[in-house]
Amino acid sequence: MKRIYVKEEWCLGCHLCEYNCAFANSGLTDMVKALRGKEIYPRIQVEQDASGITYAVSCRHCEDPICVKSCIAGALSKKDGVIEIDHEKCVGCLTCVLVCPYGAVIEDGSGVAQKCELCTKNASGQPACVAGCPNGAIVFEERG
Amino acid sequence: MRRYVIIGNGVAAAGCIEGIRSVDAAGSITVISAEEHPVYCRPLISYYLEQKTDRERMNYRAPSFYADNGVTVLYGKRAEKIDPDARQITLSSGESLPYDALCVCTGSSPFVPPMQGLDTVAQKFSFMTLDDALALEQAVTPDSRVLIVGAGLIGLKCAEGLHGRVKSIAVCDLAPRVLSSILDDRCAQMMQQHLEQHGISFLLGTSAKEFQGNKAIMQNGETVGFDVLVLAVGVRANTALVKDAGGTVSRGIAVDTQCRTDLPDIFAAGDCTEYRDISSGAQKIMALMPNAYMQGHTAGVNMAGGEAAFDNAIPMNSIGFFGLHCHTAGSQPEGCEVFEEADSSHIKRLFVKDDRLTGFMLIGHMHRTGIYTALIRNQTPLSSVDFARLRIEPQLAAMGAAYRDRVLKGVI
Repeated sequence: MKRIYVKEEWCLGCHLCEYNCAFANSGLTDMVKALRGKEIYPRIQVEQDASGITYAVSCRHCEDPICVKSCIAGALSKKDGVIEIDHEKCVGCLTCVLVCPYGAVIEDGSGVAQKCELCTKNASGQPACVAGCPNGAIVFEERG
Repeated sequence: MRRYVIIGNGVAAAGCIEGIRSVDAAGSITVISAEEHPVYCRPLISYYLEQKTDRERMNYRAPSFYADNGVTVLYGKRAEKIDPDARQITLSSGESLPYDALCVCTGSSPFVPPMQGLDTVAQKFSFMTLDDALALEQAVTPDSRVLIVGAGLIGLKCAEGLHGRVKSIAVCDLAPRVLSSILDDRCAQMMQQHLEQHGISFLLGTSAKEFQGNKAIMQNGETVGFDVLVLAVGVRANTALVKDAGGTVSRGIAVDTQCRTDLPDIFAAGDCTEYRDISSGAQKIMALMPNAYMQGHTAGVNMAGGEAAFDNAIPMNSIGFFGLHCHTAGSQPEGCEVFEEADSSHIKRLFVKDDRLTGFMLIGHMHRTGIYTALIRNQTPLSSVDFARLRIEPQLAAMGAAYRDRVLKGVI
């Protein structure tokens, strides 16, 4: 299946992916309305290492996802390889945040968990972080 | 065709079903379910009282789960006896059920210590099952004064669930602090203050000595009036079936990393078992839903002839009260180094020994905590990562380029 991968050699550390993610998942059509003056809780996060190299981290859609196995509400599941979260079932216990080894499940600002679902549930049509990256540092492709 | 039998119908059983089916699509699976409900999310019973979920959403799996997996569920029946030589189980209905591989997922039961006059209390409840929660919900009114005996995970989640639905909630515990099984004094104090700010009152370091109807007389001589009593002192693993069959049992049913008991073709998983905590090396009960699933799945794969091991178990808890969250994992060994960072609204305590992160307690700021949990689980040498940066904030950037490349550039 296609997953999101980063090319750290091309990452500018501009954090645009975080804004595009927050906008795509806001459900709004106007980016200014969606983001202006608001604290954002993106599902992708830019990190910087000690040597200054930057790259974005989002859900790896693991083959054997520990978040799914650990969810106490039965809210996380794997469908066609995509790890999804059912927001109706999530009670915000944050066990998934405690177990994800990559720090890719995060609290959404309102008390429940959220994670990258490859933009399968929003109007973006394709992962917004990939589409909006100005330097091709995030790709959506099949890898072995 | 192999015949699989699972005793119990909780999350360990669900994991076992999914584990079996990941290897064997054909064998028959029979689940013996004392509870009359399909598998549900047991820890959600407090969220049910809080009206943050409902009975339908509490189901752990879709309604078609058993049918999809070709599982027969015997509701309302209990296993009375396992005969490991004849490889069969005697049910409460008198029937015998043969098996080729068996998984015991019997969970635990509330432990009620002998307390004088308990029989004089009209409204008393445990808080372990959906039926307990439904009964408690029926008993409380906006005028109820509730006394909860036990300030552990179950007692305090019950307090949170009842908050706003009753007049007052008092919690007592023999331990001198709240959540004594997962928090040290420093962290427990912060959590207790937060709970008190939400109107929960505490009587700690003392417990009920005697009950007289609607009155509890505490060991310290104090008297507490109540209308509804919740007993959340502790739980005991349900081990009798395996013990009587000749299996090794201590506090829980002893299982190895493949979730095998020492009886042939009998596995066990979930809260009824004790197993090795790699953060401390101790064999113990870790009654946690994530571990129950992982044990059940591991057992299922092995029962069906596959190969699986759950060999990196640690205790861990994610729990919150009235918006203040707490993450704990691993252990705090004697003589460990403690790295602490704290202010009025959060605490982070990391425990380090022999170049390994052995455990942590975090209250207030839950961001990417799983990176710490993975350090414990993987027993990562801290000399191989940038721990000075990790201490400040969990991040892959401190894990080294090789790890990052593996994690971010390939399928994992």
